[in-house]
Amino acid sequence: MMVPILKQGDVLIATIMAALSDEDMRQFREALLDRVVTSRATAVIIDVMAMDVLDSFATRTLREIAYMTRLRGAKTVLVGVQPEVALTMVQLGLHLEGVATALDLEEGLAYLDRLNRRR
Amino acid sequence: MSTEHFMALGRRDMQQTSRHTLPIDAALELRRELVAHLRENRTALREEWVRRITEAQLLRAMTNEEVFNEATSVYDNYVEALETDTLETLQAYARSLSERIIPRGVETDEVVGIVLLLRDVLARSLFGKYQNNPNKLNRVLDAYEPAANRIANTVAVGFVQERERVISQQQEAIRELSTPVLQVRERLLILPIIGIMDPHRARQLTEQLLRGIRTNRARVVVIDITGVAAMDAAVANHLVQTVEASRLLGADVIVTGLSPEIAQTLVNIGVDLGKMKTMGDLQGGIEVAEQSLGYKVVPTNQAEAVV
Repeated sequence: MMVPILKQGDVLIATIMAALSDEDMRQFREALLDRVVTSRATAVIIDVMAMDVLDSFATRTLREIAYMTRLRGAKTVLVGVQPEVALTMVQLGLHLEGVATALDLEEGLAYLDRLNRRR
Repeated sequence: MSTEHFMALGRRDMQQTSRHTLPIDAALELRRELVAHLRENRTALREEWVRRITEAQLLRAMTNEEVFNEATSVYDNYVEALETDTLETLQAYARSLSERIIPRGVETDEVVGIVLLLRDVLARSLFGKYQNNPNKLNRVLDAYEPAANRIANTVAVGFVQERERVISQQQEAIRELSTPVLQVRERLLILPIIGIMDPHRARQLTEQLLRGIRTNRARVVVIDITGVAAMDAAVANHLVQTVEASRLLGADVIVTGLSPEIAQTLVNIGVDLGKMKTMGDLQGGIEVAEQSLGYKVVPTNQAEAVV
C-alpha cells in the first residue's frame, strides 16, 4: 500500500488512506524522508484522517519521522486524528510529544502559515 | 369459570338490564350491594376518611380544602372501580393525581397511607352495617377485599411509576447539563466543570469535549474546574489524558481554577506539568487563550482612540 506524498509549495502532504501494516509504515517513513531531502521541504503534513487505529508502532514511527525531519530542518504536523483514536491513544499511554497536531489538513496549513508569519 | 369471565358477564348484565330478578352470581350481587352502600353513605364515609387523613397528619403539603376535593375524586373513582371492576379510569386518575402532587412534595408513604386508610374506613362501615349477620359480612368482605387490594395496588404503583418517570427525566437533564461545551469565540471553547468528578463523568466529559473540538473546529479549550472541590488520582489522571487527547486533535488546553487540594493531588501523582497549561482563574485562562488566537480585547473608548 503506497502512501501518496504531494508537494504544495515547500510543504509535503502525505495522506494515509487506510490502515498500514508495520512494513508499509516503515516504507512510508523511508519514502517521506527521501522526499524531504530531495524536495527541500520546510514542513511535512501527515493526514491520518482515515486511520481508525494508531497503535504503538505507528505512533513510534510518526514520532521518529517528526524527529528526523526536524533534523533536516523541516517541521512535522500531524492532522486528522479522530476523537476515538485520540482517546484510545492516551488511554494506552501513547504519546506524540514534540509532534505538532492540528484538526485537519486546512488547520495544519493554517498553522504552518502562522508559524512562517511569526518568523 | 374464570374471574374475568364472571366480570364480563356481570358487566353485560348491568348494561343490558336493571331488572336483575335472577342474580347470575352471588359475588356480583354482593358487590352491587356494596357499591350501593358506598354511594348511599358517600358524604359520611368521605368525611370520616378525610378526618382520618388529617388525624394521621398525611398530605400536610396540601390545604384541607384540597385534601377534601382530591378525597372526593378518589372516593368516586374508587367506587366506580369497584362497580365496573375496571382499573383503567382509576389508573389514569392516579397518574394525573401523582403528576399534581409530586411537585408538592407528597411522599410515597403518604399516598399508600391514604389509600389504606380509605380501605380501613370502608371496611369499618361494612362491619358496622353487617354486624348482626356475620355470615353475610364474611361474604361481603370476600367480595370487597380482593377488589380493594387491587385498587390500592394500582394507586400506589401509579404513584411510584410517575415518581420514577420524574426522577429519570431529571437524571437525564442533569447529565446533559453537567457537561456543557461552550464556544465563547471563534475557535475558543470553554468547559466549566461543576460538582463531583467521578471516572464515569470524566470519561463522558472527555468524549463530549473531543466531539466539541471537532464540530467547532476549536484551537484552544479552557477547562475551568473552579467548581470541583476535590478529585482523586484516577480522575486527575483522566484530566491529564483529556488534555493530551485534545492536543492530538490540534487543540491547546488551558486548565483554570485549580483548588489547592487538586493542585496537591496533581503534584502527588506526579503529573508532568509541562504538558498541562494552567492559569489561576477562568478570566486569566480566557485572556491567554485569546492572546494565542490573536484576539485583543480593548475597552471601546480606548479602541476609538486607537482608530
